[in-house]
Amino acid sequence: MLSFLLIIVASIFFMGLVVRTKSLASGRKGPDILQPMRDIVRLWRKGSVYSTTTSIIFQIAPTIYFSSIIMAILMIPHGNIPGIISFGGDFVMFAYILGLGKFMLIISALDTGSSFEGMGASREALFSMLVEPAFFIIMGSLALFTGHTSFHEIFTALNYGSYISYMIGTLATFVLVLIAMIENSRMPIDDPKTHLELTMVHEVMILDNSGFDLGVILYATPLKFAMYGALIANFFIGSVSLQISIPLFIVIQTVFAIIVGILESFMARFRMSHNPQFIFMLTSISLLIFFGVLLVLGKFI
Amino acid sequence: MDEYLILTLNLIAIFSLASFPFLNSKKLGIASLIAITLQVILSFVLAFQVFSKGQLFYSYSGSFITGTIPIKIDYLSAWFILIIGFTFLTGAWYGIQYMKKYQEQTSNLQLHAITYIVTFTAMIDICIVQNAIIFLIVWEIMAIGSFILIIFEHYKKETLKAGINFFVQSHISILFLTFAFIWVKVKTGSFDFSAITEYSALHPSMGIGLFILFFIGFAIKAGFVPFHTWLPLAHPAAPAHISGIMSGVIIKIGIFGILRMLSLLKTDFTVIGYFILTISIITGLYGVMLAIIQHNLKRLLAYHSIENIGIIGMGIGLGCLGLGTSNQWLIIAGFGGALLHTLNHSLFKSLLFFSAGNVYQFTHTMNIESLGGLIKKIPNTAWFFLIGSLAICGLPPFNGFVSEFFIYNGLFKGLGSNDFRLTLTMLFSILALVLIGGLALICFTKAFGIVFLGTKRSELKTDTDIETTNRNFPLYIIILAILIIGLLPFLFSSALVKVIGVFNMQQEPLLLSPLHGILNQLTSIGFYSFGFVLLTAFVFLLKRQIIKQRVRKANITWGCGYVGKTNKIQYTASSFIRTYRKLIEPILYIKKEKENVDGIYPNQIHSTTHPYDRIEHVLIDKPIYLFKKILNRFIFLQNGNIQSYILYGSIFLITAILSPILISKIIVLINFLNQL
Repeated sequence: MLSFLLIIVASIFFMGLVVRTKSLASGRKGPDILQPMRDIVRLWRKGSVYSTTTSIIFQIAPTIYFSSIIMAILMIPHGNIPGIISFGGDFVMFAYILGLGKFMLIISALDTGSSFEGMGASREALFSMLVEPAFFIIMGSLALFTGHTSFHEIFTALNYGSYISYMIGTLATFVLVLIAMIENSRMPIDDPKTHLELTMVHEVMILDNSGFDLGVILYATPLKFAMYGALIANFFIGSVSLQISIPLFIVIQTVFAIIVGILESFMARFRMSHNPQFIFMLTSISLLIFFGVLLVLGKFI
Repeated sequence: MDEYLILTLNLIAIFSLASFPFLNSKKLGIASLIAITLQVILSFVLAFQVFSKGQLFYSYSGSFITGTIPIKIDYLSAWFILIIGFTFLTGAWYGIQYMKKYQEQTSNLQLHAITYIVTFTAMIDICIVQNAIIFLIVWEIMAIGSFILIIFEHYKKETLKAGINFFVQSHISILFLTFAFIWVKVKTGSFDFSAITEYSALHPSMGIGLFILFFIGFAIKAGFVPFHTWLPLAHPAAPAHISGIMSGVIIKIGIFGILRMLSLLKTDFTVIGYFILTISIITGLYGVMLAIIQHNLKRLLAYHSIENIGIIGMGIGLGCLGLGTSNQWLIIAGFGGALLHTLNHSLFKSLLFFSAGNVYQFTHTMNIESLGGLIKKIPNTAWFFLIGSLAICGLPPFNGFVSEFFIYNGLFKGLGSNDFRLTLTMLFSILALVLIGGLALICFTKAFGIVFLGTKRSELKTDTDIETTNRNFPLYIIILAILIIGLLPFLFSSALVKVIGVFNMQQEPLLLSPLHGILNQLTSIGFYSFGFVLLTAFVFLLKRQIIKQRVRKANITWGCGYVGKTNKIQYTASSFIRTYRKLIEPILYIKKEKENVDGIYPNQIHSTTHPYDRIEHVLIDKPIYLFKKILNRFIFLQNGNIQSYILYGSIFLITAILSPILISKIIVLINFLNQL
């Protein structure tokens, strides 16, 4: 419950922080931190336009996408306090429930019959497929390291005091930050601010959504960021007391948001055809983590 | 009592064999439905009895050729009898509606109905018989039966070709099985299945060779790569309900065979485990990689059957590794996942094939590229296909997830082993399973998105009355089953544990802790899925409430290139997978035909891709080509001249008569030379 509330709170400020960082980096003053959230709330209160080409799929998909993310967040623990739902192998469910949301969003893009949205859908399907192995291998390495298979048990059992678990945590953080960037279609992979047809992935899929649906989809992005931020925070929280862990959580989320902002300000996006190689790189880094864990546990031959 | 159940089941088949030729098309449908329903009820009674009262054994005296014929209905048989019965029942219901289009072909329909029932009976018998000769006979009946079922539209050249391909390959499978059974017979002098156990217990290293022979035989039926080449041909050729049961259960009988042999053999299971796991990973990845680039809907589904066989095989391999290393978690998770996925796949694959059948009869085409926007014309079919797609991608809250979760669970537990090799194998299996899941997602977003969403891509002559409740009733039943497994998976745990016990015969009884662990997880999955459904419903109602007061307008899709309102602007299946195709091109075999645009007012241009199976090319087409090339050298012999043929005959006769004389003369000569 605690973790859920913290993630919701973090998600409200997350995009604002990113936008603020970007503005400062480019020498502007930038909008208020709550501005992106205000935009979303305004969208929730607007009427909507539905394309005549679309069917009911287009109307239910954003809802399922949103609730899949909420369900995924419910699973994330806060240190040794388990998430609302916790059972052995829950991270498999975590990945697959997010997959369901993605499936619905992709077919809703195809539902409009627009060639742009098809393009975005095609790219999103491929990139999200490529990113999944990295997440599973990281979770596999952690499962191997701790001997448990649920988020809560893994994060509780990560042994603090030994610098090795911090090392693994740091490496995993690197991969998770990039996974979050890819899953949320941010800079090196996808640039929400460029011209439509050439480069966009996510943004071009939701061209036709409006009103409440668009608001829900837009809110999903900070939610997902905060979700990955909470996962990253869990690498370092361990079993410390709440007085320390909650501020630490907030600090980590803030730093995460600032890093995202800085990455977006100073990095150019890749050519679309180079994205698969880049995403595969994540898998190989997570393989390195895995072999590192094997080495630490003395299981190499 | 139970003996009579099986006897009645077989008698119904013989009775229908005798009576169906005298019925007309209308009565035929009702008669075959009654016959199959009776049979399925009988087999269900049998299976439930096994699960409630325990396994059944009895034997017939048999003849001097076969020896006694033992019948054993253990939990494994019962599990498969349930799967087969359910799929055949829904298949028959759907098939009767589907076949209404072919009403005037009475004799063809009669043959079809008869073989349907006979094939079902043969498959039930395969599950229970424990004698090699009888097993081979019923196996052959099933193979021929399914051949006749496939070539229902035998007046089409393509269909006949696919059917003959299936026929040949299923006989190669029988050849391997016969070799394996003869091996056991020669060594032990018995056709009884228990001889396999005795023989392999005495010679464990020989057991592996024996298993590989059996495995190849059954793998051809099941469609493991590289023995899969008949499958993508036969599935699109058959009528929809036959594709459904072929993919749902006929290929599963190969899995049954492998599991049966594993329960009989006593050998080094670690080696077998690695072997099956490797082949299954290749099968799963190769199947789904090829599925994505197919543009024929049924062919795409056929390649997905190969992929799912790979997933089932991964479960089996995991279970074998568990047996080899005495790891109870792996045994339960591996075999449990494999068995449950067998059931799940039979459900969602028949659902998908039946809805593809609806699409076919509505539009008369299976080419994905020319379909589109069907959700507005046949909404129910679209929903069936969507549920099937979500289930086959292994997404919660549907059933495919439950069985994949089992396998994941075993893999993650296996990671923690002390054996370095095992850990690495598990790691790469996880990688493979994740990739399979992701690729399946691409494939089914493409299939569902292009076929049912958007607007129509070409003019199609459409039929009416596809969406009657009568026709879709069996599909609702399948969806109910899918949801029950997805939301209440723990209902199946006690049956599963019993079936898994079959493989565990040489070891200590199953421990309680992994059992409880898995049970708890299943319960959690169920609750979680319920929670997800509830939350989605809640958010949806919330949205309904909020947008009630707001303005809602309908307009065309937002401009930006769509203003012409032409359907050609839409994304097609080929363009949807273009990025993927570019990535995968070095591995697969895709022929492209493309005309470039030139001039200011270019003519119509075309771009087509022909996906082709590289393994089929290397293993089947090339050898056959070379073989033909050699044989063509002798083509002059067949010159159509009757005198020449008589000459060949006399040459043959003369050689046949003279050669013994010649040989004896030579021997005399050699003896003479020796004496010198």
